[in-house]
Amino acid sequence: MLTFTIRRLLLSIPTLLFIAFVIFMLLELAPGDPMAQMPLTIPPEVKEKMRLALGLGEPWWVRFPLWLKQFFIVEPQYWIDGIFGTNFADGAQRIISFQSRSPVFETIAQRMPQTLWVVGMSYVVGVLIALPIGIISAYKQYSVFDQTGTFVSMIGFSVPPFFSGVLLIVIFSVQLKWLPSIYDTTHQVTSWDTFLFQLKQMIMPVMVLALQTTAQVSRYMRASMLDNLGQDYVRTARAKGMTESVVVMKHVLRNSMIPVVTVIALGIPAIFGGAIITEQIFKVNGLGQLLIIALQGNDIPMVMTITFLLAVLIVMMNLIADILYGILDPRIRYD
Amino acid sequence: MTDQTVDIAAPQRNQWWDVWDQFKTHKGAVFGLMFLIFITLFCLLGPWLWGIDPGKLDIRNKNVRPIYMAIFDSGAKVSWARPMGTDNLGRDIMANIMQGGRISLAVGWTAMVLALLIGTTVGVLAGYFKRLDGLLMRFTDLVLALPLLPLLLVMMLLFRDPLRAAFGPEQGIFILIVTGIGITSWMQTARIVRGDVMALKEREFVLAARSIGTPARRMITRHLLPNVLSPIMVSATLGLATAIITESALSFLGLGFPSDFPTWGKILFDSVDRMTSFPERVIWPGLAISLTVLSVNYIGDGLRDALDPRIRGL
Repeated sequence: MLTFTIRRLLLSIPTLLFIAFVIFMLLELAPGDPMAQMPLTIPPEVKEKMRLALGLGEPWWVRFPLWLKQFFIVEPQYWIDGIFGTNFADGAQRIISFQSRSPVFETIAQRMPQTLWVVGMSYVVGVLIALPIGIISAYKQYSVFDQTGTFVSMIGFSVPPFFSGVLLIVIFSVQLKWLPSIYDTTHQVTSWDTFLFQLKQMIMPVMVLALQTTAQVSRYMRASMLDNLGQDYVRTARAKGMTESVVVMKHVLRNSMIPVVTVIALGIPAIFGGAIITEQIFKVNGLGQLLIIALQGNDIPMVMTITFLLAVLIVMMNLIADILYGILDPRIRYD
Repeated sequence: MTDQTVDIAAPQRNQWWDVWDQFKTHKGAVFGLMFLIFITLFCLLGPWLWGIDPGKLDIRNKNVRPIYMAIFDSGAKVSWARPMGTDNLGRDIMANIMQGGRISLAVGWTAMVLALLIGTTVGVLAGYFKRLDGLLMRFTDLVLALPLLPLLLVMMLLFRDPLRAAFGPEQGIFILIVTGIGITSWMQTARIVRGDVMALKEREFVLAARSIGTPARRMITRHLLPNVLSPIMVSATLGLATAIITESALSFLGLGFPSDFPTWGKILFDSVDRMTSFPERVIWPGLAISLTVLSVNYIGDGLRDALDPRIRGL
């Protein structure tokens, strides 16, 4: 297991390098110009100087390793300095946003909590709803509950977040006026009332994202339970006279959770991607909105960093899913 | 799973009739198919019957509410000539939904076909030729590890202008969106096809075909492809659904088609600013997207059941 983990960790390095290269070259080859938004009255030679100041004068084989160095060496150094008060970075050049001229990671750190709150909460809520639905649907296959569950998860698959979100706003904010339509990120939780307000403004974005998660995870849970319910060991367990709850909740559920846990791990990056749209609907100023703004402003370092962070998340979650699979299922041997 | 008994039924029937019979028993799938046919005809023949130019401005008749508003509010501005209402520039919403549906469905189908082509090719090659397997699957894994939505957004933003200049504003964006969606959604098909091809390769009929000297090309087209058709068809429905959603999502983020060029996602995006006073403008395109995708998903569900010989005939 350990050797497998180490091997996979080592393998993920070239993967990540390749992904960084793809993103970098896509941004590099693309004809978009970060100076396109500048007024036309700026003379060409000044524009050229501005390009040089942005670091665009160098060819890509100089800038790509530089970005890698900044991302993997300089930024962690600043991070460690920030925590322990050391001075590893020693004033080295950080990754600077074209738009705000401030370090990219500072902006990301400011935006991260909002996204994590909304996305993380919705994932937890979604999974917590999905698991019982999947278990009951499988145990009572083709019952009314199962049919309803299937229908609801079909809706969850089919209704895109930008429609379900807008629909929720129309119903609960516009018609009923129960919930605020805009997520106020400056809101501080200090008392019971402010906590209630925070809860209220989180309900809609969380529900929109959770619907997607629930749809997916409950289907997997149901399929996995169904696979196991027909197995011989279940019949044996019943034949030994175990109660139905022990058979289902202990024997079947434990075995059925193995693939579901990996699906849950693999779904985390996707939900961050989905958050791009949800944040746009509810005006949450999180990472997704930051990415959209950076894209529109041709802010290459910002786009590059956020996209690459998402890629890191995907690779890490794949790795975690594989390792979890190996730990949970003793039949699987990687070595 | 391997003990499939060959059942020689008395009257010879085409297997597709069996599939159709099984498909018919799935109520959701039949409803889905009916709705998909309805919405396709609505978008294809609708503009021809309805005859109102979706882009025509009619300022006198702007902000007409849909016809059902007359029930709730007798003073509402409604007109039988505009059953779904008009937008803030007096453009007829029904004509726009038809036109938008044409584009959305066209993007969905084309992108799906492109993704299937790439996915099936990669899957068959990787599954059949051992030498290519490692390379192709490593590549598939790499693409799967890319954050696709952000990359798609980057592609939209960066390649929009040159393609627009080369192929015209509509054609250029169409090509860009279809290629973008196509090359970011083939991986699942490739994996499924590869797995199935690898399993088929070990079966006796393939061995028999090989023993009479069937060349690889004919082996793939005659023996392997027909047998992996069912997973391909199921992933086609999934692909169509995701392609429609992705196109709408791009339009919704303002990175899809230009604004005078309606698609369902674009109409939805344009209407969000006024949804407090005119919620119906958000609901029409949203319903169109959701119901189409829902029906496609149900068709996929029914197809999966109908194409699985272990379930069929029960």
